[in-house]
Amino acid sequence: MPIEIPKEQWPGSVRTVTIGATSANGGSRSQVVTVGGETALPFMHFESQVPNPPKVALEIKDRRPDDWSPLLLETWRDVVDDPSLWAKAAEAAGADLIVLALSPTDADGNPTTPDQTVKSVKDVLAASGLPLLVFGAGQADLDNALLVPVAEATKGERIVLGICEDKNYRTIVATAMANDHLVTARSPMDVNLAKQLNILISDMGMPLDRILMDPTTGALGYGIEYGFSAMERLRLAALQGDSMTQFPMIVTPGFETWKTKESKVGEGVPEAWGDWLQRAINWEVLTTVTLLESGADIVVLRHPESVGQVKAAIADLMAVPETA
Amino acid sequence: MALSGIQIYKLLPQTNCKECGFPTCLAFAMKLAAKQVELASCPYVSEESKSQLAESSAPPIRLVTLKSDGYEVKAGNEVVLFRHEKTFYHKPGLFIRVSDKQDAAEIKAGVELADQYLVNYVGIELAVDGFAVAADSGSAQAFASAVQAVRAASQRPLILLASDPAVAQAGLNALSDETALLYAADAGNWEAMADLAKAQKAALAVRAETLDELADLTEKIKAKGVEDLVLDPAAESLSKSLMLETQIRRLALKKNFRALGYPTIRLPRNSAEAVQAITKYTGFIVLDAFSPELVYPLLVLRQNIYTDPQKPIQVQPGLYEINKPGPEEPVLVTTNFSITYFSVANEVESSGLPAWLLVTDAEGMSVLTAWAAGKFDAERIAKAVKEFKAADKVTRRRVVLPGHVAVLSGELEAELPDWEVRVGPREAVDIPKFFKQVLG
Ligand code: B12
Ligand code: SF4
Repeated sequence: MPIEIPKEQWPGSVRTVTIGATSANGGSRSQVVTVGGETALPFMHFESQVPNPPKVALEIKDRRPDDWSPLLLETWRDVVDDPSLWAKAAEAAGADLIVLALSPTDADGNPTTPDQTVKSVKDVLAASGLPLLVFGAGQADLDNALLVPVAEATKGERIVLGICEDKNYRTIVATAMANDHLVTARSPMDVNLAKQLNILISDMGMPLDRILMDPTTGALGYGIEYGFSAMERLRLAALQGDSMTQFPMIVTPGFETWKTKESKVGEGVPEAWGDWLQRAINWEVLTTVTLLESGADIVVLRHPESVGQVKAAIADLMAVPETA
Repeated sequence: MALSGIQIYKLLPQTNCKECGFPTCLAFAMKLAAKQVELASCPYVSEESKSQLAESSAPPIRLVTLKSDGYEVKAGNEVVLFRHEKTFYHKPGLFIRVSDKQDAAEIKAGVELADQYLVNYVGIELAVDGFAVAADSGSAQAFASAVQAVRAASQRPLILLASDPAVAQAGLNALSDETALLYAADAGNWEAMADLAKAQKAALAVRAETLDELADLTEKIKAKGVEDLVLDPAAESLSKSLMLETQIRRLALKKNFRALGYPTIRLPRNSAEAVQAITKYTGFIVLDAFSPELVYPLLVLRQNIYTDPQKPIQVQPGLYEINKPGPEEPVLVTTNFSITYFSVANEVESSGLPAWLLVTDAEGMSVLTAWAAGKFDAERIAKAVKEFKAADKVTRRRVVLPGHVAVLSGELEAELPDWEVRVGPREAVDIPKFFKQVLG
């Protein structure tokens, strides 16, 4: 007797968000990236078509990072001194998107200036045709001082500006609205906090198809289970029809995993941890695949080798099973 | 899935004789459904009703236990699809594959290495659970020798990957007094495999290309008297395995579909498949090979996903000694969230530098989480300094705050006027450098 497979029918769906604009649409990107649109839990092809695969972003910096794992610096080599070369290398490594993360200071410790930042952003846009996300350094005043001129200088490119948090979102949202960009909204692993911030941002009049949400994650071993469950709950809420959770989710496993001791340190660690480089890449890939299973639409990585492994996993997750 | 009160009522005598202490059979049925009374209170239930009621109260996913001398690996008995709904209970067993084409010495060396592997994660010693011996050679004798070679090197539970019943039998004969998992019965060999599993008290994995065929097979095998079954839905892509594992769990939990109410087994071919097996419902996982740089993160992932969401893992608040500190050594302050405590304690310990570690009661939260929640502030830290009598242990009164809560230093100076308050680095990795450069 054939089994009747229980299928979920959800009233809600995730909004579709497009990042980047080609010349036809007022930008200069060679392609755009569209995420979201899900009408079922992750990769449930037998319930409904999965409209857009998750996308992989690589994080680059505006200058040589001070605190990155030596493994990352060895891999990227000299390009870390030049954001445009780094962007090219990221594109060559297979990234779908580039995240340019700004440093709070220059190499001598002076605060980063708007002129430097605008130049870095323009250089990156010139070097690579991929859609771009620009993240501030996480200091409210400085982020606002840097992101507003960036938004103005790149009007129409549909860049994602971030990171909006409850303490600091108004200026970023306002400039994104005025200059045809998008925003990403980060909240600490909690459905209600995520909703609250999304409400605040949409109350300002931000079009809902220009918002990504970042529910925050922890690395494997450092709180990933909280992020995993927060994402599952957010996605369930979205499918159940809760409008203020119906945004594509972006998470930063690269940032989280590469600050762990497992990835940062090669000597004086337990032998049971195994080979340093392989372990560090596994840490990033395993964290990322876990988050894909819980609904991530964009994952931001740091190591080029992880990109290949994660993209292979995405392709396999997107393969429509023949019985579906 | 439990029966409803009405369904139970239909199985009762319906005479309303009141001997159970309730005015009607229906009232008693309602209490039974709510698990507030025992069926035994009714003297008149028929044997047939009893067995139906017992069947309905069995867990929707059978608990399967593999056993060997001193070890047990359990899978099944799960009750939810999402860990936030309650928790996941039985961590999937991680098994390492061994081939009977390897010679005995090679097997022994590999198995010993994996058998003795232990890795410490937040104070918990993690290990692999057992070995899966593969009958790659096709020879019964080679298989039996391989099983013996594994047994000589490890006592952990075994999975026998042998679908030729004669070969499987030779492998099982090499074992005694244990419950191994035999892999796998399929449409072709199931009768012989079921007989073998029954005779040797082994659990039996069942493999089929579709869920219909799988359910058919488990019913037939169960009818032969083998109940400890494990399902292999035989998926060849990540999307298909996710679909099938989800469908199996939904059918078991939501439809109480007994024919698929068993734990599952998977043989991942890469790390992404292993991750999916851990996050999405697999009961027994067979890894191709043993490599610490992959086994360590997989064990940690399993630990994380199977943590009870209601109870963060905590350590006891107190004043801990690391590397035999003397009265001149600094007092480092941290929270009682396990991950936080061990990041700091391990760092200080491996640096060889002596220090006192004051663990405050922050309700099991990380430094910043606790700070944001108001559970880690100057007042609480000062209270812990007093409660655990830190002042009695040191002559040089120095407390070091985690760099992430540098903002607390002013208030803490006010709370602890006769202490010197220092701000440490943000990440524990940088503590040894800080000791050398700043504390001198
Ligand atoms: C997991 C997590 C949670 C989990 C809790 C986990 C737990 N048991 O603590 C949950 C989901 C429950 C949670 C809840 C909240 N969270 Co929270 N959470 C996190 C997250 C993602 C990771 C925290 C973690 O586990 N880190 C790992 C541990 C090991 O780090 P750690 O304790 O800081 O220890 C390190 C260092 O501090 C250092 N260190 C530790 N001790 C010492 C001592 C010395 C002497 C030195 C030198 C160094 C040192 O060593 C360690 C390793 O380097 C962070 C964001 C992030 N990615 O970091 C947010 C974060 C900490 N949370 C935050 C917030 C705001 C909250 C909430 C208040 C939100 C809310 N209103 O619900 C709640 C508060 C809790 C409550 N009211 O119940 C904010 C804090 C923001 C801020 N700066 O104030 C963060 C930073 C997220 C953000 N960016 O907004 N959170
Ligand atoms: S003892 Fe049994 S038959 Fe009598 S009322 Fe109770 S349930 Fe009904």
